[in-house]
Amino acid sequence: MSLQKVKCVLLIISGKGGVGKSTSAVQLALSLAEEGKKVALLDTDICGPSIPRMLDLNDCSVLQSERGWLPATITRSLSPSNHCFFTDENSAVIWRGPKKNSMIRQFINDVDWGELDYLVIDTPPGTSDEHISIVECLREQQKPDGAILITTPQILSINDVRRELTFCRKANIPIMGILENMSGYVCPHCSECTNIFSKGGGQSLAQYANVPYLGSIPIDPNLGECAEFGRNYIEQFKSSEAAQRFKTIARNLIEEVQ
Amino acid sequence: MNEKPPESCPGIGSQTAGKAAPCQGCPNAAFCASGQTSNALDPAVAEIARRLYSVRNIILVISGKGGVGKSTVATNIARALAEDESVSVGLLDIDVCGPSIPKTMNLEGEEVHQSSSGWSPIFVTDNLCVMSCGFLLPSLDDAVIWRGPKKNGLIKQFLKDVDWGDLHYLVVDTPPGTSDEHMSVVGYLKQCSNLKGAVIVATPQEVALLDVRKQIDFCKRVDLNIIGIVENMSSFVCPKCEKTSIIFKPTSGGVENVCESYNIPLLGKIPIDPLIGKSCDEGTSLYETDASSPTVKCLKEIVTHIVNKCENKL
Repeated sequence: MSLQKVKCVLLIISGKGGVGKSTSAVQLALSLAEEGKKVALLDTDICGPSIPRMLDLNDCSVLQSERGWLPATITRSLSPSNHCFFTDENSAVIWRGPKKNSMIRQFINDVDWGELDYLVIDTPPGTSDEHISIVECLREQQKPDGAILITTPQILSINDVRRELTFCRKANIPIMGILENMSGYVCPHCSECTNIFSKGGGQSLAQYANVPYLGSIPIDPNLGECAEFGRNYIEQFKSSEAAQRFKTIARNLIEEVQ
Repeated sequence: MNEKPPESCPGIGSQTAGKAAPCQGCPNAAFCASGQTSNALDPAVAEIARRLYSVRNIILVISGKGGVGKSTVATNIARALAEDESVSVGLLDIDVCGPSIPKTMNLEGEEVHQSSSGWSPIFVTDNLCVMSCGFLLPSLDDAVIWRGPKKNGLIKQFLKDVDWGDLHYLVVDTPPGTSDEHMSVVGYLKQCSNLKGAVIVATPQEVALLDVRKQIDFCKRVDLNIIGIVENMSSFVCPKCEKTSIIFKPTSGGVENVCESYNIPLLGKIPIDPLIGKSCDEGTSLYETDASSPTVKCLKEIVTHIVNKCENKL
Protein backbone atom coordinates (compact mmCIF):
# COMPACT_ATOMS: atom_id res chain seq x y z
CA MET A 1 0.00 0.00 0.00
CA SER A 2 2.16 2.80 -1.28
CA LEU A 3 -0.35 5.57 -0.58
CA GLN A 4 -0.85 4.72 3.08
CA LYS A 5 1.26 7.57 4.31
CA VAL A 6 -0.14 10.12 1.88
CA LYS A 7 -2.48 12.46 3.70
CA CYS A 8 -4.33 13.94 0.76
CA VAL A 9 -4.63 12.89 -2.88
CA LEU A 10 -5.77 15.64 -5.27
CA LEU A 11 -6.81 15.03 -8.86
CA ILE A 12 -6.39 17.83 -11.38
CA ILE A 13 -8.90 17.17 -14.14
CA SER A 14 -10.68 18.80 -17.05
CA GLY A 15 -12.72 17.42 -19.87
CA LYS A 16 -10.95 19.78 -22.22
CA GLY A 17 -7.33 19.75 -23.31
CA GLY A 18 -4.95 22.70 -23.25
CA VAL A 19 -6.77 24.58 -20.52
CA GLY A 20 -3.72 24.46 -18.27
CA LYS A 21 -4.09 21.27 -16.25
CA SER A 22 -0.37 20.59 -16.14
CA THR A 23 0.51 24.24 -15.58
CA SER A 24 -1.98 24.50 -12.73
CA ALA A 25 -0.87 21.17 -11.28
CA VAL A 26 2.75 22.31 -11.26
CA GLN A 27 2.01 25.75 -9.82
CA LEU A 28 -0.30 24.34 -7.17
CA ALA A 29 2.28 21.74 -6.17
CA LEU A 30 4.95 24.43 -5.97
CA SER A 31 2.65 26.72 -3.97
CA LEU A 32 1.81 23.95 -1.55
CA ALA A 33 5.52 23.19 -1.19
CA GLU A 34 6.14 26.89 -0.50
CA GLU A 35 3.76 26.64 2.39
CA GLY A 36 6.03 24.00 3.87
CA LYS A 37 4.04 20.94 2.86
CA LYS A 38 5.56 17.78 1.51
CA VAL A 39 4.19 17.39 -1.99
CA ALA A 40 4.51 14.92 -4.83
CA LEU A 41 3.30 15.27 -8.38
CA LEU A 42 2.23 12.39 -10.61
CA ASP A 43 1.71 12.89 -14.33
CA THR A 44 -0.64 10.30 -15.83
CA ASP A 45 -0.88 11.78 -19.32
CA ILE A 46 0.75 8.93 -21.17
CA CYS A 47 0.42 10.19 -24.73
CA GLY A 48 1.37 13.79 -23.99
CA PRO A 49 3.26 14.27 -20.74
CA SER A 50 4.23 17.92 -20.11
CA ILE A 51 5.39 17.88 -16.50
CA PRO A 52 9.03 16.88 -17.11
CA ARG A 53 9.47 19.89 -19.38
CA MET A 54 7.74 22.23 -16.96
CA LEU A 55 10.00 21.18 -14.12
CA ASP A 56 13.12 20.88 -16.26
CA LEU A 57 13.46 17.15 -15.62
CA ASN A 58 13.86 15.97 -19.19
CA ASP A 59 17.03 14.08 -18.53
CA CYS A 60 15.82 12.29 -15.46
CA SER A 61 15.10 8.62 -15.49
CA VAL A 62 13.32 6.53 -12.93
CA LEU A 63 15.36 5.00 -10.17
CA GLN A 64 14.43 1.74 -8.62
CA SER A 65 14.72 0.94 -4.95
CA GLU A 66 13.78 -2.08 -2.88
CA ARG A 67 10.41 -0.58 -2.09
CA GLY A 68 9.55 0.46 -5.62
CA TRP A 69 10.23 3.22 -8.15
CA LEU A 70 11.60 6.40 -6.67
CA PRO A 71 10.10 9.72 -7.77
CA ALA A 72 12.54 12.40 -8.96
CA THR A 73 13.14 15.11 -6.37
CA ILE A 74 13.31 18.83 -7.15
CA THR A 75 13.24 20.61 -3.86
CA ARG A 76 13.21 18.86 -0.58
CA SER A 77 9.49 19.03 -0.46
CA LEU A 78 8.43 18.37 -4.05
CA SER A 79 8.94 15.22 -6.02
CA PRO A 80 7.32 14.51 -9.37
CA SER A 81 7.01 11.21 -11.08
CA ASN A 82 6.30 10.61 -14.67
CA HIS A 83 6.41 7.88 -17.19
CA CYS A 84 8.11 10.15 -19.68
CA PHE A 85 11.26 9.30 -17.85
CA PHE A 86 10.95 6.04 -19.68
CA THR A 87 10.69 7.29 -23.23
CA ASP A 88 12.42 9.55 -25.69
CA GLU A 89 10.97 13.05 -25.89
CA ASN A 90 10.14 12.94 -29.61
CA SER A 91 8.71 9.50 -30.02
CA ALA A 92 5.00 8.89 -29.73
CA VAL A 93 3.48 6.52 -27.23
CA ILE A 94 0.85 4.83 -29.36
CA TRP A 95 -0.92 2.71 -26.82
CA ARG A 96 -4.43 1.51 -26.56
CA GLY A 97 -6.37 1.61 -23.31
CA PRO A 98 -5.33 -1.59 -21.52
CA LYS A 99 -1.64 -0.82 -21.79
CA LYS A 100 -2.17 2.69 -20.46
CA ASN A 101 -4.19 1.28 -17.58
CA SER A 102 -1.50 -1.06 -16.41
CA MET A 103 1.03 1.78 -16.58
CA ILE A 104 -1.17 3.96 -14.37
CA ARG A 105 -1.78 1.13 -11.95
CA GLN A 106 1.94 0.64 -11.67
CA PHE A 107 2.48 4.33 -10.99
CA ILE A 108 0.02 4.48 -8.18
CA ASN A 109 0.92 1.18 -6.59
CA ASP A 110 4.60 0.75 -7.27
CA VAL A 111 6.08 4.20 -6.77
CA ASP A 112 7.60 4.58 -3.35
CA TRP A 113 5.89 7.84 -2.41
CA GLY A 114 6.87 7.74 1.26
CA GLU A 115 5.32 10.17 3.69
CA LEU A 116 3.49 13.01 1.98
CA ASP A 117 1.07 15.79 2.80
CA TYR A 118 -0.20 16.04 -0.77
CA LEU A 119 -0.06 13.94 -3.88
CA VAL A 120 -1.18 16.01 -6.87
CA ILE A 121 -2.19 13.89 -9.86
CA ASP A 122 -2.21 15.51 -13.31
CA THR A 123 -4.48 13.77 -15.84
CA PRO A 124 -4.99 13.74 -19.61
CA PRO A 125 -8.10 15.39 -21.10
CA GLY A 126 -11.33 13.42 -21.38
CA THR A 127 -13.33 10.90 -19.40
CA SER A 128 -11.93 7.64 -20.63
CA ASP A 129 -9.49 4.86 -19.87
CA GLU A 130 -6.97 6.79 -17.82
CA HIS A 131 -9.62 8.40 -15.66
CA ILE A 132 -11.51 5.21 -14.96
CA SER A 133 -8.26 3.47 -14.07
CA ILE A 134 -7.04 6.20 -11.74
CA VAL A 135 -10.31 6.29 -9.89
CA GLU A 136 -10.57 2.51 -9.61
CA CYS A 137 -7.02 2.23 -8.45
CA LEU A 138 -7.32 5.01 -5.90
CA ARG A 139 -10.58 3.70 -4.58
CA GLU A 140 -8.91 0.45 -3.57
CA GLN A 141 -6.85 2.58 -1.22
CA GLN A 142 -9.72 4.74 0.08
CA LYS A 143 -8.63 7.74 -1.99
CA PRO A 144 -8.87 10.26 -3.73
CA ASP A 145 -9.71 13.09 -1.38
CA GLY A 146 -10.88 15.45 -4.04
CA ALA A 147 -10.70 16.78 -7.55
CA ILE A 148 -9.99 20.27 -8.84
CA LEU A 149 -11.54 21.04 -12.20
CA ILE A 150 -9.71 23.39 -14.54
CA THR A 151 -11.51 25.31 -17.24
CA THR A 152 -11.07 28.31 -19.49
CA PRO A 153 -13.90 30.84 -19.70
CA GLN A 154 -15.33 29.92 -23.15
CA ILE A 155 -18.59 28.02 -23.38
CA LEU A 156 -16.81 25.45 -25.52
CA SER A 157 -14.57 24.54 -22.64
CA ILE A 158 -17.31 24.85 -20.02
CA ASN A 159 -19.32 22.24 -21.92
CA ASP A 160 -16.54 19.69 -21.62
CA VAL A 161 -16.07 20.46 -17.95
CA ARG A 162 -19.77 19.92 -17.35
CA ARG A 163 -19.28 16.39 -18.58
CA GLU A 164 -16.31 15.98 -16.29
CA LEU A 165 -18.48 17.10 -13.35
CA THR A 166 -20.87 14.29 -14.18
CA PHE A 167 -17.93 11.91 -14.27
CA CYS A 168 -16.84 12.99 -10.77
CA ARG A 169 -20.33 12.61 -9.41
CA LYS A 170 -20.76 9.17 -10.93
CA ALA A 171 -17.37 8.12 -9.60
CA ASN A 172 -18.11 9.63 -6.19
CA ILE A 173 -15.14 11.96 -6.11
CA PRO A 174 -15.67 15.05 -3.98
CA ILE A 175 -15.17 18.20 -6.08
CA MET A 176 -12.97 20.69 -4.28
CA GLY A 177 -13.70 23.41 -6.75
CA ILE A 178 -13.41 24.93 -10.18
CA LEU A 179 -10.43 27.00 -11.23
CA GLU A 180 -10.72 29.34 -14.21
CA ASN A 181 -7.51 29.70 -16.19
CA MET A 182 -6.63 32.18 -18.98
CA SER A 183 -9.14 34.69 -17.70
CA GLY A 184 -8.01 37.93 -19.23
CA TYR A 185 -4.95 39.32 -20.94
CA VAL A 186 -3.50 42.69 -20.07
CA CYS A 187 -1.90 44.30 -23.13
CA PRO A 188 1.71 45.15 -22.22
CA HIS A 189 1.54 48.26 -24.41
CA CYS A 190 -1.63 49.97 -23.24
CA SER A 191 -2.68 47.93 -20.16
CA GLU A 192 -6.08 47.29 -21.69
CA CYS A 193 -7.49 43.99 -20.40
CA THR A 194 -8.96 41.85 -23.18
CA ASN A 195 -10.97 38.78 -22.38
CA ILE A 196 -9.60 36.69 -25.22
CA PHE A 197 -11.45 33.60 -24.22
CA SER A 198 -14.58 35.37 -22.97
CA LYS A 199 -15.25 35.89 -19.27
CA GLY A 200 -16.87 34.51 -16.16
CA GLY A 201 -17.55 30.99 -17.44
CA GLY A 202 -15.91 29.26 -14.50
CA GLN A 203 -17.87 31.16 -11.94
CA SER A 204 -21.22 30.62 -13.59
CA LEU A 205 -20.47 26.91 -13.97
CA ALA A 206 -19.56 26.68 -10.28
CA GLN A 207 -22.85 28.34 -9.41
CA TYR A 208 -24.79 26.12 -11.75
CA ALA A 209 -23.21 22.95 -10.42
CA ASN A 210 -23.17 24.19 -6.83
CA VAL A 211 -19.47 23.60 -6.24
CA PRO A 212 -16.89 26.03 -4.82
CA TYR A 213 -15.26 28.53 -7.19
CA LEU A 214 -11.54 28.68 -6.46
CA GLY A 215 -10.76 31.79 -8.46
CA SER A 216 -9.37 32.84 -11.80
CA ILE A 217 -5.82 32.95 -13.12
CA PRO A 218 -5.09 35.72 -15.63
CA ILE A 219 -3.09 35.03 -18.81
CA ASP A 220 0.55 35.82 -18.10
CA PRO A 221 3.14 35.20 -20.83
CA ASN A 222 5.75 34.86 -18.06
CA LEU A 223 3.92 31.87 -16.67
CA GLY A 224 4.02 30.21 -20.07
CA GLU A 225 7.67 31.00 -20.46
CA CYS A 226 8.54 29.60 -17.04
CA ALA A 227 6.72 26.41 -17.97
CA GLU A 228 8.78 26.19 -21.16
CA PHE A 229 12.09 26.40 -19.39
CA GLY A 230 11.12 24.56 -16.25
CA ARG A 231 11.62 27.61 -14.05
CA ASN A 232 9.85 28.16 -10.78
CA TYR A 233 7.27 30.84 -11.58
CA ILE A 234 6.00 31.08 -8.02
CA GLU A 235 9.51 31.96 -6.85
CA GLN A 236 10.61 34.20 -9.72
CA PHE A 237 7.43 36.22 -10.10
CA LYS A 238 6.29 36.21 -6.51
CA SER A 239 4.42 39.48 -6.71
CA SER A 240 2.60 38.72 -9.98
CA GLU A 241 -1.16 38.46 -10.01
CA ALA A 242 -1.15 34.81 -11.07
CA ALA A 243 1.39 33.73 -8.42
CA GLN A 244 -0.66 35.49 -5.75
CA ARG A 245 -3.80 33.71 -6.89
CA PHE A 246 -2.10 30.34 -6.78
CA LYS A 247 -0.84 31.12 -3.30
CA THR A 248 -4.33 31.99 -2.10
CA ILE A 249 -5.74 28.85 -3.67
CA ALA A 250 -3.05 26.70 -2.04
CA ARG A 251 -3.72 28.28 1.37
CA ASN A 252 -7.46 27.77 1.03
CA LEU A 253 -6.85 24.16 0.08
CA ILE A 254 -4.71 23.57 3.13
CA GLU A 255 -7.37 25.07 5.36
CA GLU A 256 -10.13 23.08 3.79
CA VAL A 257 -8.28 19.80 4.03
CA GLN A 258 -7.42 20.40 7.66
CA MET B 1 8.43 -1.02 -21.39
CA ASN B 2 8.86 -2.34 -24.87
CA GLU B 3 6.11 -0.52 -26.74
CA LYS B 4 7.90 -0.59 -30.07
CA PRO B 5 8.10 -3.60 -32.34
CA PRO B 6 11.59 -5.03 -32.82
CA GLU B 7 13.90 -2.76 -34.81
CA SER B 8 13.62 -4.56 -38.15
CA CYS B 9 10.15 -6.08 -37.85
CA PRO B 10 8.85 -6.52 -41.41
CA GLY B 11 5.31 -5.63 -40.24
CA ILE B 12 2.25 -7.85 -40.31
CA GLY B 13 1.28 -6.78 -43.80
CA SER B 14 4.55 -8.00 -45.28
CA GLN B 15 5.10 -11.18 -47.26
CA THR B 16 7.95 -12.15 -44.99
CA ALA B 17 5.99 -11.59 -41.77
CA GLY B 18 7.11 -14.14 -39.20
CA LYS B 19 9.71 -15.57 -41.56
CA ALA B 20 12.33 -12.82 -41.73
CA ALA B 21 15.56 -13.05 -39.74
CA PRO B 22 14.55 -10.60 -37.02
CA CYS B 23 11.35 -12.59 -36.39
CA GLN B 24 13.33 -15.40 -34.81
CA GLY B 25 12.71 -15.28 -31.10
CA CYS B 26 9.76 -12.91 -31.43
CA PRO B 27 6.83 -14.27 -29.41
CA ASN B 28 4.46 -13.45 -32.27
CA ALA B 29 6.55 -15.09 -35.01
CA ALA B 30 4.37 -18.20 -35.31
CA PHE B 31 1.18 -16.17 -35.55
CA CYS B 32 2.60 -13.83 -38.19
CA ALA B 33 4.01 -16.72 -40.22
CA SER B 34 0.64 -18.49 -40.25
CA GLY B 35 -0.67 -15.82 -42.61
CA GLN B 36 -3.70 -15.23 -40.44
CA THR B 37 -2.81 -11.60 -39.89
CA SER B 38 -3.58 -10.46 -43.40
CA ASN B 39 -6.84 -12.38 -43.39
CA ALA B 40 -7.68 -11.12 -39.94
CA LEU B 41 -8.51 -7.72 -41.43
CA ASP B 42 -11.74 -6.39 -40.06
CA PRO B 43 -14.42 -6.77 -42.75
CA ALA B 44 -15.55 -3.29 -41.74
CA VAL B 45 -12.46 -1.82 -43.38
CA ALA B 46 -13.68 -2.79 -46.83
CA GLU B 47 -17.20 -1.72 -45.98
CA ILE B 48 -15.96 1.69 -44.88
CA ALA B 49 -13.96 2.08 -48.09
CA ARG B 50 -17.14 1.32 -50.05
CA ARG B 51 -19.23 3.73 -48.03
CA LEU B 52 -16.72 6.57 -48.33
CA TYR B 53 -16.09 5.94 -52.01
CA SER B 54 -18.42 8.83 -52.81
CA VAL B 55 -16.16 11.24 -50.91
CA ARG B 56 -13.38 12.78 -52.96
CA ASN B 57 -11.05 14.00 -50.23
CA ILE B 58 -10.81 12.93 -46.62
CA ILE B 59 -8.79 15.17 -44.33
CA LEU B 60 -8.00 14.42 -40.67
CA VAL B 61 -7.43 17.29 -38.27
CA ILE B 62 -5.16 16.08 -35.50
CA SER B 63 -3.00 17.30 -32.65
CA GLY B 64 -1.22 15.55 -29.83
CA LYS B 65 -2.13 18.37 -27.51
CA GLY B 66 -5.59 19.36 -26.37
CA GLY B 67 -7.05 22.84 -26.54
CA VAL B 68 -4.85 24.03 -29.39
CA GLY B 69 -7.88 24.62 -31.59
CA LYS B 70 -8.47 21.39 -33.49
CA SER B 71 -12.23 21.81 -33.48
CA THR B 72 -11.94 25.52 -34.23
CA VAL B 73 -9.65 24.83 -37.17
CA ALA B 74 -11.76 21.88 -38.37
CA THR B 75 -14.90 24.00 -38.19
CA ASN B 76 -13.32 26.87 -40.05
CA ILE B 77 -11.77 24.66 -42.72
CA ALA B 78 -15.18 23.09 -43.32
CA ARG B 79 -16.94 26.44 -43.40
CA ALA B 80 -14.35 27.98 -45.70
CA LEU B 81 -14.56 25.04 -48.11
CA ALA B 82 -18.34 25.34 -48.11
CA GLU B 83 -18.16 29.03 -48.98
CA ASP B 84 -18.06 27.83 -52.57
CA GLU B 85 -21.62 26.66 -53.12
CA SER B 86 -20.62 24.07 -55.67
CA VAL B 87 -18.45 22.23 -53.13
CA SER B 88 -20.17 19.90 -50.71
CA VAL B 89 -18.48 19.39 -47.37
CA GLY B 90 -18.97 16.99 -44.47
CA LEU B 91 -17.58 17.43 -40.97
CA LEU B 92 -17.23 14.39 -38.74
CA ASP B 93 -16.41 14.76 -35.03
CA ILE B 94 -14.96 11.60 -33.48
CA ASP B 95 -14.07 13.10 -30.11
CA VAL B 96 -16.25 10.73 -28.13
CA CYS B 97 -15.58 12.13 -24.66
CA GLY B 98 -15.53 15.83 -25.49
CA PRO B 99 -17.37 16.64 -28.70
CA SER B 100 -17.19 20.38 -29.46
CA ILE B 101 -18.50 20.54 -33.01
CA PRO B 102 -22.21 20.72 -32.06
CA LYS B 103 -21.37 23.94 -30.21
CA THR B 104 -19.18 25.50 -32.89
CA MET B 105 -21.75 24.72 -35.58
CA ASN B 106 -24.70 25.80 -33.42
CA LEU B 107 -26.31 22.37 -33.59
CA GLU B 108 -26.72 21.59 -29.90
CA GLY B 109 -29.76 19.53 -29.10
CA GLU B 110 -29.94 18.00 -32.58
CA GLU B 111 -30.47 14.28 -32.83
CA VAL B 112 -29.33 11.73 -35.34
CA HIS B 113 -31.94 10.55 -37.80
CA GLN B 114 -31.93 7.19 -39.41
CA SER B 115 -32.93 6.40 -42.95
CA SER B 116 -32.80 3.22 -44.97
CA SER B 117 -29.39 4.17 -46.30
CA GLY B 118 -27.86 4.89 -42.89
CA TRP B 119 -27.57 7.70 -40.37
CA SER B 120 -28.32 11.09 -41.88
CA PRO B 121 -25.88 13.88 -41.09
CA ILE B 122 -27.27 17.22 -39.98
CA PHE B 123 -27.15 20.03 -42.50
CA VAL B 124 -25.91 23.48 -41.46
CA THR B 125 -26.22 24.94 -44.94
CA ASP B 126 -27.15 23.31 -48.23
CA ASN B 127 -23.63 22.13 -48.86
CA LEU B 128 -22.29 21.62 -45.32
CA CYS B 129 -23.32 18.69 -43.14
CA VAL B 130 -22.14 17.49 -39.76
CA MET B 131 -22.05 14.31 -37.72
CA SER B 132 -20.84 14.28 -34.12
CA CYS B 133 -20.82 12.00 -31.11
CA GLY B 134 -22.43 14.91 -29.30
CA PHE B 135 -25.69 14.29 -31.18
CA LEU B 136 -26.02 10.97 -29.40
CA LEU B 137 -25.96 12.50 -25.93
CA PRO B 138 -29.33 13.54 -24.57
CA SER B 139 -28.04 16.33 -22.31
CA LEU B 140 -25.00 18.57 -22.07
CA ASP B 141 -24.25 17.18 -18.63
CA ASP B 142 -24.04 13.61 -19.86
CA ALA B 143 -20.54 12.23 -19.79
CA VAL B 144 -19.40 9.41 -21.99
CA ILE B 145 -17.26 7.35 -19.64
CA TRP B 146 -16.03 4.70 -22.00
CA ARG B 147 -12.91 2.69 -22.35
CA GLY B 148 -11.15 2.23 -25.69
CA PRO B 149 -12.98 -0.69 -27.34
CA LYS B 150 -16.36 0.96 -26.93
CA LYS B 151 -15.08 4.18 -28.45
CA ASN B 152 -13.67 2.24 -31.39
CA GLY B 153 -17.04 0.64 -31.98
CA LEU B 154 -18.70 4.03 -32.22
CA ILE B 155 -16.03 5.42 -34.55
CA LYS B 156 -16.41 2.40 -36.79
CA GLN B 157 -20.14 2.95 -36.91
CA PHE B 158 -19.69 6.62 -37.74
CA LEU B 159 -17.43 5.79 -40.64
CA LYS B 160 -19.51 2.89 -41.86
CA ASP B 161 -23.10 3.97 -41.33
CA VAL B 162 -23.30 7.70 -41.97
CA ASP B 163 -24.93 8.42 -45.30
CA TRP B 164 -22.78 11.30 -46.52
CA GLY B 165 -23.77 11.12 -50.14
CA ASP B 166 -21.46 12.72 -52.68
CA LEU B 167 -18.95 14.94 -50.93
CA HIS B 168 -15.97 16.90 -52.16
CA TYR B 169 -14.44 17.06 -48.72
CA LEU B 170 -14.88 15.16 -45.48
CA VAL B 171 -13.09 16.85 -42.59
CA VAL B 172 -12.59 14.61 -39.54
CA ASP B 173 -12.03 16.29 -36.16
CA THR B 174 -10.22 14.06 -33.63
CA PRO B 175 -9.64 14.06 -29.87
CA PRO B 176 -6.16 14.94 -28.51
CA GLY B 177 -3.51 12.26 -28.18
CA THR B 178 -2.11 9.28 -30.03
CA SER B 179 -4.27 6.52 -28.69
CA ASP B 180 -7.34 4.41 -29.38
CA GLU B 181 -9.33 6.84 -31.51
CA HIS B 182 -6.39 7.69 -33.73
CA MET B 183 -5.24 4.16 -34.30
CA SER B 184 -8.81 3.16 -35.04
CA VAL B 185 -9.61 5.91 -37.48
CA VAL B 186 -6.38 5.41 -39.40
CA GLY B 187 -6.83 1.65 -39.36
CA TYR B 188 -10.42 1.85 -40.57
CA LEU B 189 -9.53 4.26 -43.37
CA LYS B 190 -6.64 2.07 -44.50
CA GLN B 191 -8.32 1.05 -47.74
CA CYS B 192 -9.63 4.51 -48.55
CA SER B 193 -7.48 5.88 -51.34
CA ASN B 194 -9.26 9.21 -50.92
CA LEU B 195 -7.66 9.77 -47.50
CA LYS B 196 -5.48 12.73 -48.39
CA GLY B 197 -3.74 13.02 -45.06
CA ALA B 198 -3.65 14.93 -41.83
CA VAL B 199 -3.58 18.60 -40.94
CA ILE B 200 -1.73 19.02 -37.65
CA VAL B 201 -2.75 21.92 -35.42
CA ALA B 202 -0.18 23.36 -33.00
CA THR B 203 0.45 26.35 -30.78
CA PRO B 204 3.89 28.00 -30.64
CA GLN B 205 5.08 26.99 -27.16
CA GLU B 206 7.59 24.22 -26.72
CA VAL B 207 5.24 22.39 -24.35
CA ALA B 208 2.77 22.05 -27.24
CA LEU B 209 5.45 21.30 -29.81
CA LEU B 210 6.61 18.38 -27.72
CA ASP B 211 3.28 16.77 -28.44
CA VAL B 212 3.44 17.79 -32.11
CA ARG B 213 6.70 15.93 -32.59
CA LYS B 214 5.03 12.91 -31.04
CA GLN B 215 2.15 13.33 -33.45
CA ILE B 216 4.51 13.50 -36.43
CA ASP B 217 6.18 10.33 -35.19
CA PHE B 218 2.72 8.75 -34.93
CA CYS B 219 1.86 9.72 -38.53
CA LYS B 220 5.09 8.23 -39.80
CA ARG B 221 4.57 5.02 -37.91
CA VAL B 222 1.01 4.48 -39.08
CA ASP B 223 1.88 5.66 -42.58
CA LEU B 224 -0.38 8.69 -42.62
CA ASN B 225 0.49 11.51 -45.00
CA ILE B 226 0.90 14.95 -43.38
CA ILE B 227 -0.65 17.73 -45.44
CA GLY B 228 0.92 20.38 -43.24
CA ILE B 229 0.90 22.14 -39.90
CA VAL B 230 -1.28 25.08 -38.89
CA GLU B 231 0.06 27.34 -36.17
CA ASN B 232 -2.81 28.58 -34.05
CA MET B 233 -2.72 31.31 -31.38
CA SER B 234 0.35 32.86 -32.96
CA SER B 235 0.22 36.39 -31.69
CA PHE B 236 -2.25 38.76 -30.17
CA VAL B 237 -3.25 42.13 -31.58
CA CYS B 238 -4.67 44.38 -28.89
CA PRO B 239 -8.05 45.64 -30.08
CA LYS B 240 -7.43 48.98 -28.37
CA CYS B 241 -3.88 49.98 -29.34
CA GLU B 242 -3.47 47.56 -32.27
CA LYS B 243 -0.01 46.60 -31.12
CA THR B 244 1.07 42.97 -31.31
CA SER B 245 2.15 40.95 -28.33
CA ILE B 246 3.16 37.34 -28.08
CA ILE B 247 1.23 35.44 -25.41
CA PHE B 248 2.46 31.93 -26.10
CA LYS B 249 6.14 32.50 -26.72
CA PRO B 250 7.83 30.37 -29.38
CA THR B 251 10.81 29.68 -27.13
CA SER B 252 12.21 26.97 -29.37
CA GLY B 253 11.55 28.63 -32.71
CA GLY B 254 7.87 27.78 -32.86
CA VAL B 255 6.09 25.71 -35.46
CA GLU B 256 8.32 27.07 -38.24
CA ASN B 257 11.29 25.36 -36.71
CA VAL B 258 9.47 22.02 -36.46
CA CYS B 259 8.25 22.30 -40.06
CA GLU B 260 11.76 22.97 -41.24
CA SER B 261 13.40 20.16 -39.34
CA TYR B 262 10.81 17.59 -40.44
CA ASN B 263 10.38 19.08 -43.91
CA ILE B 264 6.63 19.56 -43.53
CA PRO B 265 4.81 22.55 -45.07
CA LEU B 266 3.60 25.29 -42.73
CA LEU B 267 0.05 25.96 -43.90
CA GLY B 268 -0.32 29.26 -42.10
CA LYS B 269 -0.47 31.10 -38.81
CA ILE B 270 -3.74 32.02 -37.16
CA PRO B 271 -3.52 34.98 -34.76
CA ILE B 272 -5.21 35.00 -31.36
CA ASP B 273 -8.42 36.80 -32.11
CA PRO B 274 -11.30 37.05 -29.63
CA LEU B 275 -13.55 36.94 -32.71
CA ILE B 276 -12.68 33.30 -33.33
CA GLY B 277 -13.53 32.23 -29.79
CA LYS B 278 -16.74 34.21 -29.94
CA SER B 279 -17.83 32.74 -33.25
CA CYS B 280 -17.22 29.23 -31.90
CA ASP B 281 -19.13 29.89 -28.69
CA GLU B 282 -22.04 31.32 -30.63
CA GLY B 283 -21.83 28.87 -33.49
CA THR B 284 -21.75 31.60 -36.11
CA SER B 285 -19.69 31.73 -39.29
CA LEU B 286 -16.75 34.13 -39.32
CA TYR B 287 -17.01 34.26 -43.09
CA GLU B 288 -20.42 35.88 -42.77
CA THR B 289 -19.97 38.07 -39.70
CA ASP B 290 -16.41 39.30 -40.12
CA ALA B 291 -15.51 38.58 -43.72
CA SER B 292 -12.98 41.39 -43.93
CA SER B 293 -10.94 40.69 -40.78
CA PRO B 294 -7.28 39.66 -41.22
CA THR B 295 -7.97 36.43 -39.33
CA VAL B 296 -10.51 35.35 -41.92
CA LYS B 297 -8.08 36.15 -44.70
CA CYS B 298 -5.51 34.00 -43.00
CA LEU B 299 -7.95 31.09 -42.61
CA LYS B 300 -8.87 31.33 -46.27
CA GLU B 301 -5.23 31.15 -47.27
CA ILE B 302 -4.76 28.02 -45.21
CA VAL B 303 -7.74 26.40 -46.86
CA THR B 304 -6.46 27.35 -50.33
CA HIS B 305 -3.22 25.60 -49.41
CA ILE B 306 -5.08 22.48 -48.34
CA VAL B 307 -7.24 22.46 -51.47
CA ASN B 308 -4.18 22.76 -53.69
CA LYS B 309 -2.51 19.89 -51.90
CA CYS B 310 -5.57 17.68 -52.23
CA GLU B 311 -6.24 18.46 -55.87
CA ASN B 312 -2.64 18.04 -56.96
CA LYS B 313 -2.69 14.55 -55.68
CA LEU B 314 -5.70 13.56 -57.73
